[in-house]
Amino acid sequence: MPQNSQEILLMLPHVVIGVGIVISLLIEMYSKKSETILPWISLFVFVFAGVHSIINISANQILFGGMLEVGGKPAIFNFIFNIGAALLILNSIDYIKKYESNHGEYYILIQSAILGMMVMAGSKDIFMIFIGLELMSIAFYVLAGINKKKSSSNEAALKYFLLGAFATGFIVYGIALIYGVSSTTSVDSIIQNFSTFTQNILFIVGLLLFIIGFSFKIAAFPFHMWVPDVYQGSATTVTGLMSTTGKTAAFSVLLIILSASLINYNIDIFAPYFAVIATLSMLYGSIVAIAQKNLKRMLAYSSISHAGYMAIGLAAANSEAFSGIIFYLAAYTFMNIGAFGIISIIEKQNDANTDLTAYAGLASKSPILAAFMSLFMFALAGIPPLAGFFGKYYVFISAIEADLTWLAVVGVFSSVISVYFYLRLVVYMYFKESEKDIDLHIDKYSLLSVVVSGILVIYFGISPDSLLNLILSVVN
Amino acid sequence: MQVPIEYYLILSAFMFSVGVAGVLIRRNAIIILMSIELMLNSANLALITFSSFMGNSIGQIFAFFVMTVAAAEAAIGLAIVIAIFRNKLTVNIDQINLFKW
Repeated sequence: MPQNSQEILLMLPHVVIGVGIVISLLIEMYSKKSETILPWISLFVFVFAGVHSIINISANQILFGGMLEVGGKPAIFNFIFNIGAALLILNSIDYIKKYESNHGEYYILIQSAILGMMVMAGSKDIFMIFIGLELMSIAFYVLAGINKKKSSSNEAALKYFLLGAFATGFIVYGIALIYGVSSTTSVDSIIQNFSTFTQNILFIVGLLLFIIGFSFKIAAFPFHMWVPDVYQGSATTVTGLMSTTGKTAAFSVLLIILSASLINYNIDIFAPYFAVIATLSMLYGSIVAIAQKNLKRMLAYSSISHAGYMAIGLAAANSEAFSGIIFYLAAYTFMNIGAFGIISIIEKQNDANTDLTAYAGLASKSPILAAFMSLFMFALAGIPPLAGFFGKYYVFISAIEADLTWLAVVGVFSSVISVYFYLRLVVYMYFKESEKDIDLHIDKYSLLSVVVSGILVIYFGISPDSLLNLILSVVN
Repeated sequence: MQVPIEYYLILSAFMFSVGVAGVLIRRNAIIILMSIELMLNSANLALITFSSFMGNSIGQIFAFFVMTVAAAEAAIGLAIVIAIFRNKLTVNIDQINLFKW
């Protein structure tokens, strides 16, 4: 079957990660030193898949009878997932020893989660969306509870599992209703007949249930209650992965479904829904983050408000908004992974040193960590020459073009509030005396990961066109 | 005499609502897990109903996928509940409150 072998060659990134999972499982079974070998295997797999995807971005094709798309938009998402995961693997090598869960399966589960995300981002059929989502979610439930002796890790896993499975229930029921009206599961044929289907109330209810389920996964406001607890309780590297690549994967599915509005401009039935959750998430996340003393919890609320900024783009739903969201997701992934990388370096055993007070006087102890942390905080706050600013800028511009100027105004207002808690950390690092003496051990691989994320954040900030032109070439 | 499609769909919507209510009201982690399974099974019922009435087999295949995934989720969920029971000796989610909600 020559055609099928060609298709397998086109989906090489997926195949490499799948083979990586199998090889990692075998090594984990037969080798006593698996935890020293597996980080390097997963790192190789992720870097290969990420670089291969971005090089072959123009080879846009739909494989296996309309199931999986490779190249084009999914290639950008694959790049974000894989490079993000590679950076977090570098952090994990030292961190999970501190977290007392230095097992090989940690790396196997991360590879499975990333494979699930790649399937989600490239799906052209509701089957694939569902399979990818579950592959990602089930791996994340286990990763959240990776240290089974630790109460905080257990609690995070239970809360994430119960609410994640609840959201899956909504998604599956929504899929059942969508299938019932459209009698197909192919995303393309659903999108083509979108305007006829929307006359049926069952289709609208099904789509609404589907979108509510994914609102849980992107951590938007009324569905956010699991976020702070899970982000605080899980291992810091796992939190970094969930909050960046996990959110990106959920957004990639929403973009696939909402691309119906690009073909047919009179479909804006979901604009009010996204406008409401965007407003609530932005304001709630920014205001509650001010009250947080724990840095992981503060970044969890900041993650809720960033989901709100991105949801502005979903409400605007034009092609500028879609490219803006993809740019924002890339920028957010790298700046958040950098921030969580620094938290994982400073954290000690038993969740010690995750409070703001642990960062007092960091600038005198480790100028390089303090400088990079300030860089990531400035980027998250959206200070101009950095990547985070352009993410927000493109999304706000798209909202103004879609006559949703009030949403952009709320977004700017919320960004101004959020500057307070991001800069408070910078003030702690540079202008406060440290209360207790913290012995700082900086692992060289973790530092490498932080430096690479920092360089990417600066690069996307100084020349946003390099990434934006790539995104524009695939969105249109 | 054939049972009309509405009867199946109303039953499945009722099962889904019972599942959602169970998740929101009950405090025992195992019962919440059972309610989630009820939600997934109501979706299966709807999928098979549509599939059978439209003479289109995609829905039945999808129901198999949903069952497989539900089994995987139940395995992970019970493992997490056992891990938490070993540490805390309770599965009541009101007492699993290390972090403030």
